[in-house]
Amino acid sequence: MDKKYKIQNILILFLLFILINGCQKQKAGITLAGSNSITPFAELLAEEYMLINPQSRIHVQDGGSTAGIVAIRNNAAHIGMCSRPLSPTERDLHSVIIAKDAIAIIVHPKNPVEDLSISQIRLIFSGKIRNWREVGGLSNPIVVITREEGSGTRDSFQKMVMGKDEITLEALVQDASGTIRQLVADDPNAIGYISLGLVNEKVKPLKIAGVEPTFKNIENGKYTLVRPFLFVFKCEPEGEVKTFLDFVLSKRGQQLLAKEGLVPVIQE
Amino acid sequence: MEIKEKVIEKILLIIAFSTILILALIAFFIFEQGSSLIWKVGLKNFILGDRWVPSKGEFGILPMIVGSFWVTFGALILGIPLGLSSAIFLCEWIPPMVAMFLRPAIHLLAAIPSVIYGFWGLITIVPIIRNYLGGPGLSILSGSIILGIMILPTIISISEDSLKALPPSYKAGALALGATHWQTIWRVLIPAARSGILASIILGMGRAIGETMAMIMILGNAVKMPSSFLDSARTLTTNIGIEMGYSTGDHRQALFATGIILFFIIMILNSLAIIISRRRTR
Repeated sequence: MDKKYKIQNILILFLLFILINGCQKQKAGITLAGSNSITPFAELLAEEYMLINPQSRIHVQDGGSTAGIVAIRNNAAHIGMCSRPLSPTERDLHSVIIAKDAIAIIVHPKNPVEDLSISQIRLIFSGKIRNWREVGGLSNPIVVITREEGSGTRDSFQKMVMGKDEITLEALVQDASGTIRQLVADDPNAIGYISLGLVNEKVKPLKIAGVEPTFKNIENGKYTLVRPFLFVFKCEPEGEVKTFLDFVLSKRGQQLLAKEGLVPVIQE
Repeated sequence: MEIKEKVIEKILLIIAFSTILILALIAFFIFEQGSSLIWKVGLKNFILGDRWVPSKGEFGILPMIVGSFWVTFGALILGIPLGLSSAIFLCEWIPPMVAMFLRPAIHLLAAIPSVIYGFWGLITIVPIIRNYLGGPGLSILSGSIILGIMILPTIISISEDSLKALPPSYKAGALALGATHWQTIWRVLIPAARSGILASIILGMGRAIGETMAMIMILGNAVKMPSSFLDSARTLTTNIGIEMGYSTGDHRQALFATGIILFFIIMILNSLAIIISRRRTR
């Protein structure tokens, strides 16, 4: 019995601690919240920005594009990060494209398949093509991996590839691009989609209808699986938020993003 | 002095009651957030619907309920024999020197964070299953193995306690009647400690059903009805865990509603455990 009370007291102290901490959170600085796909890039931008302006503080939180929109509506964040075009109900918000990102369809490096058409990808992800043999690979069942409902990457993939078709319910669901990359790197029969900036040597990005996902092909519009990375604001950005946005859109900010595999929006 | 005692007593009372208040608040918010969606979709469609497509407004959690039970069942198949035999070994055969190491080790098993279990499963068990048994490896089987290990400390420590709590006369009597040590354990001690052992299993089940992080990493989270132990599955908890960050509107309410169902399942299991272990003490 004694032990139980002890645990209760610790719990209560802990809750009080959280409460107190929660109240102190309103510090000066800018808070960004939203898309998991943009978060790593936003963190880089924030670090660089804080190097130039050591007195400012920028906090980056992930949670998903939709959560980011909710956060700015509730004034919980200054900038929402959104990795899909705004939906009609979100059009009242201000948005700025900070970069463009390609979605790469990735497979295991040992998979002999190099090239798929959009319609083949759609058939694979809707569960109608179930064996690699049908698209010129080895005779193995395809393991489809997708992001979870509500993810900006999934929304973009749904719009650009699937159209009205549904991603098969048999697909494995993972809640982060990094996990998808890891699973595809481990499983010779897997296929998944992640941001091109996150592709590494452990996975192989497929050509789409013969077009390789390269910088050049994204810029000249040949590679079509491209989505905007948005910063979303409740009202016209001003003050420090504006300074940060200007930095992101500056040559230095854009170069930083380009180095990480994104397509800059401001040409040099 | 007396006043001080009284004040301290009252403060402790208030603190103690606040835990109940917290529980009540949690229950209230889950119900407040989730119940409207259950009314909207209909309880029957919600629990027995087999399609979960939030973007199209389809909220059926049957695959998750089934998934939860498959994984839990698998964990028990592994956890009960292992846990029970460890408990018997710990209280009947083990030399005191070995017990000094083994008991803390088992307690340590309970202290390992579940994300570590998940990670370990992902890099060891999942590839083994993928390579030797086929499928994606992220499967009910992998999840059951990990969960089976995770519930061991619960099963072992409670079963051991209930075996130890038996009056020594049981054992002495059985041995005096000429029963061997094993016969004594199997025919006398285990039946006598039955309710405690059952309670340990039910509490282990509760732990298994509630486990989230490790299962998100290992089960693959597909939302279809599982048909074999090598299929990927999604449990009630992982459904909440994986989609909560991104959800809004009806989708978010549906996740709270999933929590309501989970709440009931856990309540039933815990009440069962309490009822069974009370019977023991009588």
